[in-house]
Amino acid sequence: MSALLEIDEVTKHFGGLCAISNCNVRIQAGSTHGIIGPNGAGKSTLFNLITGIYKPTRGDIRFRGESISGLRPGRIALKGIGRTFQSIRLLKTRTVLDNVRIAYDSQLHYSPLEAMLRLPRLGRDEEKSIEASLALLHPFGLADQAHDLAGDLPYGSQRKLEIARALALKPDILLLDEPAAGMNTGETADLVGFLRWVKDHFQVTLVLIEHHMHLVMSLCDRITVLDFGQTIAEGTPEEIRTNPRVIDAYLGGTEEE
Amino acid sequence: MTFYLAQQTINALQLGSIYALIALGYSMVYGVLVMINFAHGDLFMLGAFACLLLAVLLPVHLPFVVILLLVMIVIGLLGAFIERVAYRPLRDAPRVSAIITALGCGLVIENTTLSLSPYPQFMPELFDSRTLSFGSLTVTTLQILIIGVALGLMLGLDFLIRRTSFGMAMRAISFDARTVPLMGIPVNRMISLTFFVGAGLGGAAGMLYGLAYPQISATMGVLIGWKAFIAAVIGGIGSIRGAVLGGFILGGVEVMAVAYLPSTYRDLISYSLLLAILVFKPYGLLGQPPNQKL
Amino acid sequence: MRHFLDSVARCRWALPALIAVGFAFVVACEYFPLLNDYSKIVLITVGINIILCSSLNLVNGYMGEFSVGHAGFMALGAYASALMTIKWLPASVFELPLGVLFGGTIAAAIGFLLALLSFKTRGDYLAIITLAFLMIVKSAIENINYVGGPRGMTPPVLTNLPWTFFWVVVTLWVIRNLIYSKFGRAITAIREDEIAANAMGVRIREAKILAFVTSSFFGGVAGALYAQVNFFIDPKSFDIVKSTEILVMVYLGGIASLGGSIIGAVIFTVLLQVLQPLGTWRMVILPLILVLLMLFRPRGIMGMRELTWFLPAGELFKRPKP
Repeated sequence: MSALLEIDEVTKHFGGLCAISNCNVRIQAGSTHGIIGPNGAGKSTLFNLITGIYKPTRGDIRFRGESISGLRPGRIALKGIGRTFQSIRLLKTRTVLDNVRIAYDSQLHYSPLEAMLRLPRLGRDEEKSIEASLALLHPFGLADQAHDLAGDLPYGSQRKLEIARALALKPDILLLDEPAAGMNTGETADLVGFLRWVKDHFQVTLVLIEHHMHLVMSLCDRITVLDFGQTIAEGTPEEIRTNPRVIDAYLGGTEEE
Repeated sequence: MTFYLAQQTINALQLGSIYALIALGYSMVYGVLVMINFAHGDLFMLGAFACLLLAVLLPVHLPFVVILLLVMIVIGLLGAFIERVAYRPLRDAPRVSAIITALGCGLVIENTTLSLSPYPQFMPELFDSRTLSFGSLTVTTLQILIIGVALGLMLGLDFLIRRTSFGMAMRAISFDARTVPLMGIPVNRMISLTFFVGAGLGGAAGMLYGLAYPQISATMGVLIGWKAFIAAVIGGIGSIRGAVLGGFILGGVEVMAVAYLPSTYRDLISYSLLLAILVFKPYGLLGQPPNQKL
Repeated sequence: MRHFLDSVARCRWALPALIAVGFAFVVACEYFPLLNDYSKIVLITVGINIILCSSLNLVNGYMGEFSVGHAGFMALGAYASALMTIKWLPASVFELPLGVLFGGTIAAAIGFLLALLSFKTRGDYLAIITLAFLMIVKSAIENINYVGGPRGMTPPVLTNLPWTFFWVVVTLWVIRNLIYSKFGRAITAIREDEIAANAMGVRIREAKILAFVTSSFFGGVAGALYAQVNFFIDPKSFDIVKSTEILVMVYLGGIASLGGSIIGAVIFTVLLQVLQPLGTWRMVILPLILVLLMLFRPRGIMGMRELTWFLPAGELFKRPKP
C-alpha cells in the first residue's frame, strides 16, 4: 500500500553542511507519525523540505504519489499539507478571526476586480469566510476571543490557534513542529487528548516533531528517529523505545560493560 | 586616445574615492544597526560647509591637515549625537520608524543649511595646487592629494577594523547584536563610535569633494548622498570592502559615461547599471543574504 | 458622548451623505464664488496628496515595504496625461478623464514590472530598487526630447475641484475595498510574516502584483491631476525630494490607515501653506515634527488603526463592553 507522504532518499546540503542525508520516511494515511531525534538532527529541516521552503539536493518527496519536491510552499499548502511552526508564527497584529480567515481565503474565488468594486460575490464570499472561520474556532474554544488580537492570547491558546488556522486549509496531513514546546506536564497531558480529538474530528494524518517522549510514545502509531540528518530507526513506539541505536543517539553511547 | 582614457581614469579615481568614503559610512552603520542612515548624505554636505567655515571665518590660516581633522571630528561628533538623540530611542521600535527619523534628521540638516545659505558657495583653495604633466597626461597635485587622503583614510579604517578591539567589537555586533552585550562589550558605546567614525569619513569626503568641485550647495547631500548610498548597495550594504568597491565602480561608471556619451545620459546609465546588478545579485556584489532561522 | 460618537460611527449613511454633500459643494464652487482661487488650489493639492499618500500607503504601510519611488509613478502619470492633453487629444470634456486614466494605466504597467522584481527581493534591497527606478524614470524623461527633456512641458489646466474630489473618493473607495477583501488580508500577511502566509496557501505573488499595480495606478492618477493643474511639469518636479515628501505624509498620518493617509496629507499640505512666510524653514519644522512624532508614535498618528466609517458593514463586529 503506497503511503500518503513519502520521503525518498532525500538529501539536503546547505553549502558545505549536510543537514539531511538519505532520509527515508513513509507516512501512512490515517496514522499519527512521530519524528524524533536529538537537537540539530534535521527534523525541522525535514518539515521545511516537505512544505517547499527548501528544495532537496537529491531525492524526492511524494504526496499521494505525486512529486512535490521543488514546488512553491503556497502550492504545496493548497495540495493538502498544513503545518505549524516551532516558534509560533501567527499574525500577531491581526485578530484571531482574521488569522483563520487568511487560511480559509484559498477557498474564496472572487477576482480582484470584484473586490475593488465591491460586487455582490465579494459580500457573499466574505460572509461565508467569517461563518466558516468562526465555526472552526468554536471547537477550539477560541470563538469568544475571535476579535482579540492574536498577539494578546496566552501561549497555549496561540498554539491552538495555529493548529486551527492550519486546519482551515482542510489538509489531509498536518505537520506539527514541537506542539508541546514550552508546556508543563499537565498541559502536555491535555495536549495528547487534544491532538487525538483533532485527528478524529478533522480526519487528518498527523506528523509530529517532538521532544516530549511521553507525548510521542502515547500518541504515535509509528516513529522515525533522525540523528545527524539520517534515519536511524523507524517503527512502533515499543520498537523504538528498545532500539539500541536510538538509545545511543540520545544518551551518547553506553558504557563498556 | 589612451591618454584621454588615462586622464578620465584619474578623474574616476578621484570621484570614486569620494563616493567610497561616503559609502563606507552607510555600510558601517548598516553593519551594526541594520539601518540605512538617510541623514548621512547631509553630514557629507556639512563636511564641505564646515571646511568652508573653518577656512574663511578663522583669522588664522590653518594647514590642510588640521582643517581635515577638525572637520572629521566635528562631523563625527554630530553623527554620534544624532544617533544618541534620534536613533537610540527607536531601537526597539519598528525598523521603518528609525529610517523615517533618519530621513527627517537629514531634511532638518539640509533645510537649515539651505535657509542659512540659499545660494551655492565657493570653496576657497586651501593650498596652491600645481599641475604636473606626464606627456599629454595632466594631473594636479590637488587630485593626487584627494585620492591620497581618501586612500589613506580607507587604509586607516581597514586597520581600525581588523587590528583594534573596536573593530572586532564592530564586526561582532554586525554578526549578532544580541549576544555581544553578554560578553561585556559596551554595545552603545561601540555603536556611538561607529557613527562617529562613519560620519567623520563622510565629513572628510565632503571636504575633499568641495576642494575637487569647488561649488558647494546645501542640496548636494541629497544628490551625492543617495548616489553613494547606491554605491554602498552595489558593493553589498554592510560590507566594508563592498562599500569601497561600489564607490569606485560608481565613480568609474559616471566619469566614463560622461566622457564618452552625451552627459545627459550619465544618470540613466548609472542607475540602469545599478538596477541590472541588483537584478542578478540582489544583495550586492559582496553582500550576504540575511540569515533566518526557520 | 462616547456612545453618541460610536453610534454616529456605526451609522452606515453618515459617510455616503458626507460625500454627497461634499460633492455638491465642490460642484457649486464651480458656478458660484464660494471659494477664492487660492483656496481651490490648496484643496486640489490636498486632494492630490491624499491620493498619493493612500496609494503609497498600500505598498509601504499595508504591505510593509519601503518604496521611495512613488514620485516616479507620479511622473509617469503626469507625462502620459500631458502627452494626451497637449499633443494627442483634441480639446473636449473627455480630455481630463482620458488623460488621467491613461496616466494611471501607464504608471500601473511599470508598477507591474516593479512587482515582478519584488518577488525575489525584499526589505532594504527592494527599497533601493525603487530608488533606482525613480532615478531612471527621471533621467529617461530628461533625455526624451519629445516630452520636452529637461525643459519640461506645459499641459493645459484642466483639473478642477469636482474632478479632484471624484478621484479622491474613487481612490479611497477602491483601496478600502481591496484592503477588506482576501487580497488585503494577503497583502498585510506579507508584511507580517511571508513564510507563515505561504504555509497558509496565501497567493503571495498575486497579492504583490495587486498591491504594486493598484498603488502605481493611483500614483499615476495623482500625477496626471497634478500635471493638469500645475500648467508646468519638468523632471525636477518628480525627484527624490518629491518622493520624500510623500513618505513624510504617509508616516506622519499613520501607516496602514486610510484615515491616516487623509490626516497626513491634510496636515502636510496645510502646514506647508500656513508656514509659507517662513520660507525654507518650513522644511526644517515639518521634518522636526515628524522626528518627534516618531519618537512617541512610531507608526504615525493613526498607525494601523482605521476610522470606523471606512470599515465595510461586514467588518463591524460588536466590540465587547470594557
